Amino acid sequence: MLDRLTEFFFPKQVSTYASDIDSLYFFIFYSSVVLFFIVVFGMVYLSIKYRHRKGEELKLTSSKDHSNLLESMFFIIPLILVSITFVWGIRSYLKMVIVPDDAIEIKVTGQSWFWTFDYPDGGTTLNELVVPSNKPVKLVLSSKDVLHSFFIPVMRSKMDCLPNRYNIMWFDATKEGVYDIFCTEYCGTGHSQMGAKVIVMQPAQYEEWASELGSEDDDLPLDELGAKLYTKKACNTCHTLDGSALVGPSYLQTSQMWGQERVFDDGTSTVIDDNYIRSSILEPMTQIVAGYQGVMPTYQGLLSDRELDALIAFLKTLNEDSQI
Amino acid sequence: MSENMKQNYLNHPKGIMSWLLTLDHKRIGLMYLVSGILFFFLGGLLALVMRFELAAPGNDIISNEIYNNAYTLHGAIMIFLFIIPAIPGALGNILLPLMVGAKDVAFPRLNLASFYIYSFGALFALYTIINGGVDTGWTFYTPYSTQSSSNVVPMTLGIFIIGFSSILTGLNFIATVHKMRIPGLTWYKLPLFVWALYGTSLVQITATPVLAITMVLLMLERFLGIGIFDPALGGDPVLYQHFFWFYSHPAVYIMILPAFGIISEIIPVHSRKKIWGYKFIAYSTLSIAFIGFLVWGHHMFTSGQSVFSQIVFSFITYFVGIPTGVKIFSWILTMYKGQVSFTPPMFYALAFLFLFTIGGLTGIFLGAVALDIHLHDTYFVVAHFHYVMQGGTIVAFLGGLHHWWPKSFGVMYNQTIANIAALGVFIGFNGTFFPQFLLGLRGMPRRYATYDEQFVELHSYSTFWSGILGISIFIAVMNLFWSFIKRNKVDPGSNPWGGMTLEWTHTSSPPHPHNFEEEPVLQHGPYDYDKVIVQKTYKK
Repeated sequence: MLDRLTEFFFPKQVSTYASDIDSLYFFIFYSSVVLFFIVVFGMVYLSIKYRHRKGEELKLTSSKDHSNLLESMFFIIPLILVSITFVWGIRSYLKMVIVPDDAIEIKVTGQSWFWTFDYPDGGTTLNELVVPSNKPVKLVLSSKDVLHSFFIPVMRSKMDCLPNRYNIMWFDATKEGVYDIFCTEYCGTGHSQMGAKVIVMQPAQYEEWASELGSEDDDLPLDELGAKLYTKKACNTCHTLDGSALVGPSYLQTSQMWGQERVFDDGTSTVIDDNYIRSSILEPMTQIVAGYQGVMPTYQGLLSDRELDALIAFLKTLNEDSQI
Repeated sequence: MSENMKQNYLNHPKGIMSWLLTLDHKRIGLMYLVSGILFFFLGGLLALVMRFELAAPGNDIISNEIYNNAYTLHGAIMIFLFIIPAIPGALGNILLPLMVGAKDVAFPRLNLASFYIYSFGALFALYTIINGGVDTGWTFYTPYSTQSSSNVVPMTLGIFIIGFSSILTGLNFIATVHKMRIPGLTWYKLPLFVWALYGTSLVQITATPVLAITMVLLMLERFLGIGIFDPALGGDPVLYQHFFWFYSHPAVYIMILPAFGIISEIIPVHSRKKIWGYKFIAYSTLSIAFIGFLVWGHHMFTSGQSVFSQIVFSFITYFVGIPTGVKIFSWILTMYKGQVSFTPPMFYALAFLFLFTIGGLTGIFLGAVALDIHLHDTYFVVAHFHYVMQGGTIVAFLGGLHHWWPKSFGVMYNQTIANIAALGVFIGFNGTFFPQFLLGLRGMPRRYATYDEQFVELHSYSTFWSGILGISIFIAVMNLFWSFIKRNKVDPGSNPWGGMTLEWTHTSSPPHPHNFEEEPVLQHGPYDYDKVIVQKTYKK
C-alpha cells in the first residue's frame, strides 16, 4: 500500500537516503491531511450550522471570542507536529551531507547547456554520469559560467553549481538503471534542454567501463564516431539534424551550404569548409552566424583532433544530395 | 435626500484635471485599482501563454526565448506592478482613512506622488516589454542577469522606482494610523484591516530599501563592472541571493498581510459575529512581519550554505507557520454561533481559507531541509507559492473588492454571476495548481519551456483548468465593472452586509468628498455583533 503511494507521488527510490526522505514526506503529508480535514470540516460545519436562514431575524450573536483550552490546543498540537518535522528534517539532512570516507569522487561541471563529468582514473563524459551501484559517490560541483543546479530526482538530491566555489553532494545508488538528471537553476535559453542521464552499473561492469573510458571509440570509422559524438558531446542540445533552427543553426543546413558563403552578424562572411567547422567548434564566439545569438561555449580541450575530424566527417554525410 | 447627499467623491469635483491632480485618497485608490487590474490582466495573459505552451512537451507554440521572457514578465508584473502595490494602494487607500474616521491620509500630496512614482516605474516595465522583454526570471539572479543581453536595466530601474512608491505609501499609512484616528478609536478598537495595513507598511519601509540597494548594485555591476557579484573580480553571486531574499521574503508578507486583514473584515461581518481572538490576530500580524525578516535563507537551501545556517533557517521558518495556523483557526471559529450569509465576499473568504491552508501546509514540507532539497526549484514550489499568492492574496483581494464595492462606488454588481465566477475561480485554481504539486514531487523542474514526456498528462490537465481559471477571473472582474456601466446604484445610506466599522456606519455610499459630513463619534467596536444590531440595508 505504502509502496504504491510512494510510486504515485515520487520517482523511484535509488539512493540510500531516498526512503528516509519519502517517509518524512508521508509524515508531513498525513499530518497535513488531518489538519486540513479539521479546517475544512470546521469551516463547512460551522458555516452551515450557523447559516442565516431565510426569514430569520437578525439577532445579537454570542460574545464568545476566545477559549483558552481550544487555543492552547491549536498552538500545542501544531507545535508538536512541526517539532517532529524539524528534527526529522535535520536528521535526514545530515545523512545527505555527511559523505562516507570511501566515496569515489567525480567532478561535475555545469556549463550552458551541458554537463561534463571527470572521473577519478582519468577520462571525461558529457551528459552521461556513469556510477557503480552500492558504492558511495561524491560529486564535486561547479560551473564554468552562470548558476546551474544538478538535480537527480531518483536520488532525492540536488545542489547548485557556482562559478566561484565547489559544492558537494553524494549518493549511494541502490539500483542499476538509467535515470534523469535535470538542471534546476535557470540558466538561459537552453535551460530546459540541459538534461543528462545517470547510468548506474554493477561495480564490476563500472570498473570495466572506467578502464576503457576514452579508448573504446578508436576503431570506429570517422563518420560513425561523429554521429556518436553529436549526442554524447551535447551538440544536439542546440543543433538539429532536420533543418529546423534551435539555439544554433541546424547541421543539415550547414551541410547543404557546404562550399557556399555563410554570412555573420558583423556583416563578414566566409566559405563553409573543414577549417570553418573546426574553428566554429573551438572558437565559436569569433564568428556568429547572422540571426543567431552568440552563446556557444568553446570545446577547446574537450575534443581530441580525431573527434574534431569525426564531427566534420559526420556533418558532411548529412547532405545526401551532393557527394563532397 | 439633500443636495449634499448626492455629492460624492466620484462626481465632485468634475473634469479630468480634478482626477489627475486629486489629493483625495479614494480617487487615488481608484486609480491604483484600475492600473493594478490592467497589469493583473496583462500578467494573467502571459500566464495563459505559458500554460498553453506547456500543454505539450515540445516547443509547440513559442520558442525557449519567448517562454523565458513570458515567465519573467509574468512574475515581475504580478509581483511588482500588481500584488505589492494594488492591495495597499487600492483597497488600503480607499479604506484606511474611512476606517479611522479621518478626512484623508496623513500626507495627501505624498499619496498622489506615490501614485505617480508607481506609474513612472510602470512605464519602464512597459518599455521593457515593447523593447523585447527580459529573460532572467523575476529574481534576476547573478551572474546570468549581469550577462543577459535582454532589458535587465530598464526592468530593474522600474522596480527600483516603484520601490519608492511602496516606501512612501507605507510611511503615509503609518503616520495615518498613529495620528489620524478619531478620539476614542484606540488601538484595540481598530478594524483588523487597519492592523494588517500597519504591519504591511512597517515591512514596506524597512525591507524595500534593501531591494533598492540590490537593484542599484546589479545595475552598477552591469554598467561599471564593480565586481560585487562577479567571481572573476572577487565577488560572489550567492551574495546577490542573500540581498535579494532579504527583501523578497519579507515582501511575501507585504503581499499576504493585507489579505489577512481583508479576511478578518469579511468573516465577522458576513457571519455577524465578534471576531475570534482579536488581540491574537493583531499581534500575530506584527510578529509575522518581524519574523519574516529572519527566514530568507530558506530560499537558498541548495545554494551551499553552511549546515548550521540551514538548520537555523529551517527552525525559524516554523515560527511563521504556527501563528499563521492559529489565525486560520480563529477565522473559522468566528463563525461559531453567528449568522452566516453566503454572499460573494463570504464565498471568497471561504475559498481563501481552503486554498491558503493548502498553501500554508505545503510551506511546512518546504521548511524541512531534507525534503526541500528534493523539492527546491520544482513545480512543487510553483504550486506552493501560487496557493499562497493567488489562492491567498488574490482570492482575498477579489473578496475585498466584492465586499467594499457598493461602499466604494455606490453600485451593486450581479450577485448571482459573482457567486458563479467565485466558484469558477475556486475550481479552476485547484485544477490548475493541484497537479503541479505532483509534478514537482515527481521531479519536474520549474522555468522549463519544454519538458520530458513523463510529465505530459499532469501538464495538460493543469493547462485545461488554467483556461477555466482565466475565464472565471475575467468574468468576476468584468461583473464588477459592469455595475458601473449598468448604473445599478445603491441608496447612499445602504449597508448591504450590515458592517459595523466607520466606513459602513458613518458615511454614504459612495462616500462624501470629505469622507464624513461631521467628525464621526465612535459608538461601538468594529465587531460588536453581540452588543448592537446593525440592520442590513440594501436599496436600489
